Amino acid sequence: MGDGHSKEDIKKHVKLYIGIFIALLVGTVVTVLAAYVDLGHKMNIALALLIASVKAFLVAGFFMHLTSEKKTIYTILACTVVFFIGLMALTVIAHFDVPTIAGSGH
Amino acid sequence: MEVPYTSKPRPDTGLYNAKVGIWLFLASEVMLFGALFSSYILLRVNALEGTWPHGLLNIPIGTFNTAVLITSSITVVMAWASLKLGQFNRFKIYQGITILCALAFMVIKSVEYKDKFTHYQVWLKDGETIRGHIEVPGIEGKPWFMTHKKLEAMEAVDHITIHPDPKPHVASAGGEAPEAHKSENHGGAEEHAHEPRRIEKADIKRLSAFVPAHSTYFAIYFTLTALHALHVMGGALVMAYLWGPGSKMWKTDPERFTNRIEVSGLFWHFVDLVWIFLFPVLYLL
Amino acid sequence: MQHTTQTAPHETSHAHEHHDLGFWRTYVFSTDHKVIGIQYAVTSLAFLFFGFCLMLMMRWQIAYPGQQIPVFGKLLEAILGETAKGGVMSPDLYNVFGAMHGTIMVFLAVVPLAFAGFGNYVVPLQIGAIDMTFPRLNMASYWTFFLGCVIMFFSFFIPGGAAQAGWTSYSPLATTIPTDGQTYWLIGMVLLITSSLLGAVNFIATIIQLRAPGMTWMRLPFFVWAQFVTAFLLLLAFPPLEAAGIMQLMDRVFHTSFFLPTGLMVGGQVADISGGGSPLLWQHLFWFLAHPEVYVLILPAIGIVSEIIACNTRKTLWGYRSLVYSALAIGFIAFIVWAHHMYLTGMGTKISAFFQTTTMIISIPSVIILTCLFITLWGGSIRFNTPMLFALAFLPMFGLGGLTGLPLGFSFADLHLHDTYYVIAHFHYIVAPGTIFALFAGVYYWYPKATGRMMNEFWGKVHFWVSFIAMNLIFQPMFAQGMAGMHRRMYDGGATYSGVLDPETGDVVGLPGFIISLNKGITHAAMLLALAQLPFIINFFYSMFKGKKVDDNPWKATTLEWQTPTPPPHGNFDKHIEVYRGPYDYSLPGAKDDFTPQTEPSHK
Ligand code: HEM
Ligand SMILES: [Cu+2]
Repeated sequence: MGDGHSKEDIKKHVKLYIGIFIALLVGTVVTVLAAYVDLGHKMNIALALLIASVKAFLVAGFFMHLTSEKKTIYTILACTVVFFIGLMALTVIAHFDVPTIAGSGH
Repeated sequence: MEVPYTSKPRPDTGLYNAKVGIWLFLASEVMLFGALFSSYILLRVNALEGTWPHGLLNIPIGTFNTAVLITSSITVVMAWASLKLGQFNRFKIYQGITILCALAFMVIKSVEYKDKFTHYQVWLKDGETIRGHIEVPGIEGKPWFMTHKKLEAMEAVDHITIHPDPKPHVASAGGEAPEAHKSENHGGAEEHAHEPRRIEKADIKRLSAFVPAHSTYFAIYFTLTALHALHVMGGALVMAYLWGPGSKMWKTDPERFTNRIEVSGLFWHFVDLVWIFLFPVLYLL
Repeated sequence: MQHTTQTAPHETSHAHEHHDLGFWRTYVFSTDHKVIGIQYAVTSLAFLFFGFCLMLMMRWQIAYPGQQIPVFGKLLEAILGETAKGGVMSPDLYNVFGAMHGTIMVFLAVVPLAFAGFGNYVVPLQIGAIDMTFPRLNMASYWTFFLGCVIMFFSFFIPGGAAQAGWTSYSPLATTIPTDGQTYWLIGMVLLITSSLLGAVNFIATIIQLRAPGMTWMRLPFFVWAQFVTAFLLLLAFPPLEAAGIMQLMDRVFHTSFFLPTGLMVGGQVADISGGGSPLLWQHLFWFLAHPEVYVLILPAIGIVSEIIACNTRKTLWGYRSLVYSALAIGFIAFIVWAHHMYLTGMGTKISAFFQTTTMIISIPSVIILTCLFITLWGGSIRFNTPMLFALAFLPMFGLGGLTGLPLGFSFADLHLHDTYYVIAHFHYIVAPGTIFALFAGVYYWYPKATGRMMNEFWGKVHFWVSFIAMNLIFQPMFAQGMAGMHRRMYDGGATYSGVLDPETGDVVGLPGFIISLNKGITHAAMLLALAQLPFIINFFYSMFKGKKVDDNPWKATTLEWQTPTPPPHGNFDKHIEVYRGPYDYSLPGAKDDFTPQTEPSHK
């Protein structure tokens, strides 16, 4: 952030950044290991995406300062996220919502 | 006449211009990669059961590259923090490491790509499929980008030799795996898997390297990673500029320069973010 | 908000700067938003004309299938050779012209004119800024656009000609056409999209960051709001098409199968591809852009019309806030209606019900906007000058286009109407007598600001009335043709489908002769429309040198662009700008004039 960052603040932040760095590395190792454990197909996918989301939150929230941004930025990103989810969800739902003809599988 | 708010934030929004600009740009990037991820999902659920490939990528290399990117992410934020603390020399070091990480990432990625271009899958007319490295008479070393079409055109060639892969590094292939495995090693033939095998040209239905045309899986893999790599290169170029000639601005307008570092850093983190999802989705799942 | 940095009180310095820059930096590689706006406007007006000429030749072929095209026929043969043999349009050439007419009109003409042209010129002026936030990015945006245009234009002359698969470029057709036109189309599109994205970022950042002191959000002229929402649409809806374009490019160049299903037959043979792709994926990604795109085509037009109506009724806009919220609502809902273009792809009832519902909902804000504008007219002492005539005509034309869209939003009605001339008539009512009229209105309205001279009123009115009549003669009959079942994209104007004998009953079925004969009338009206543009073109250039000279505020308007010197210098304002009031303070009781500029402090 451009303003309100005293040197003291920054020094504190640096410690946090290093902590996050380590967390990200650990997260990477955990995802890889988790992938070799057979938890059932769905669970494996869910777990991998969960870990990825946590990592993403750390990067976006702290490295990109999103935990303390201005309202304008939040508004822009909120719209983006909504439309992104709309795009993904509606195409996938449309894919599965197809009329079934009696006797055929699809 | 200068456009205002290039270094100082505008009081009512609390933001300087470039910050607004970069976030808007990143919003559009979210939609760009979001559309590709959506395509990935759609292609995957659209695939006939058991045909979505698993375990064809090199997980250790991918993991290492992830670590490289994460490292660059911390150095990029440290570079910015150094400027905030007025330590220009430390900034230079951190920014330099970031650029080196970007280069390392690209080098590793190209090695990975090269491996794929010389790695093959053969579909035989009797329904069997085999993956491995091939030898084609008359071509020295590993052939690149060979296809059944090209083979057909080579009149002197009547067969190829394939060195089937050992069991692929399948991670959690889960529910879809067994089928893939079967076609992989053709039932009980596992112990012979390593031995080179002669395949008559006439028996080949389709042959493709692990290139985009191989399958929708590799198509989306290459599209996503290549687009990501373009972003890495773009980011690296900008950061190299800010490390070199662009850093003169530190003397004339340190605040604006710090902003530039922050903004390029935001872009870099985004590139990292994309990779955080790309890695599990393409390599592990 | 005491920042005053953005206004430069010293005239000497700007004169000096002009000197420094030289010809190339001032007029060609300029970073000044006004120059860039004019560059956009001129380029896109040229393409508007070009796209229209393509359609004129197609109309000839539709009305007189297989006959030599008058005037242009021989020329076409000389340039394109085989595909226009004997001056007759071949089916392939018809496809090329059809696809490129759509593409050029949408992406190279109307959007760049409405959004980038008018937006660049007017928005910074209206918010009291000295330029866009990122002037160099702005220049990059124009030149990327220009490169895209060049590639699109160039593709006409490659072997096989330009793209042929319609502006929608549906796969597998678009992917499997053997000529290279589609590849050029895709590369061109990627450039155009990139340019739009740069532009959109710039617009939004400018409106957020560079509003003059006192220019609060609710004091923004409605045109600025319209551009703001438009910019968001472009920013967030275009990237998925860029992704789709990249994938189709991969399909064409690297033989992937993103949009090609397993077992695809091409030319009677199973295609040599991996398969596994989804043609519907292209349609989803395409329409995710292309529906918001129609609002990109219409919102700036509504913005222009609102400015002109407020100024020429000498009244404040009725329901300013409703207009703003409606525009925002449109911007939001525009992202979740796209699959109403895909009812006939075999989608299920649940998802279809969803999209039918959202489609009906999005019509509400459009109706609110139109209502507000109509009510604004009530009781005004209207000045019927040329820009106002065009703006007024916009209202019913847009209304017609919008209302005829409702049946298309219901899947049961769309079953019959999909892909017929009814659709063509519907969306052309929105974009041609709608948006294009608004754009003409804008040209007439802001011309004196850009040049210091008025366009000729008499010829302006001739231009208007003839265009107005011709437009309706063109598009009104198409409704009838469409409802009779005439398919769009038909090379011979439907002749193949007319007078077919039903083998069982012996009755003549297919398109009635009357419906086919309408083709001739439409084509003649299109020629009339072409003629009607001559006074405009001449007027446009003639007035630049010989038009009546006017002062800085010839329309006596309130918004900030009329507070600048004419034409506005580099840096725009020669005085400090501070805003004290809303954008449309016309005929205030007790005010000394019938308009009170936004810069006028309220003394009380
Ligand atoms: C005012 C003069 C215009 C006339 C006479 C005209 C006429 C037509 C006609 C007859 C078609 C159907 C061709 C066919 O399906 O075979 C068509 C298609 C189309 N027009 Fe126009 N048009 C005009 C202006 C515009 C404008 C201003 C736009 C856009 C902003 C536009 C966008 C389109 C599009 C997108 C298509 C569909 C192309 C395709 O099938 O891929 N047109 N036009
Ligand atoms: Cu639509």
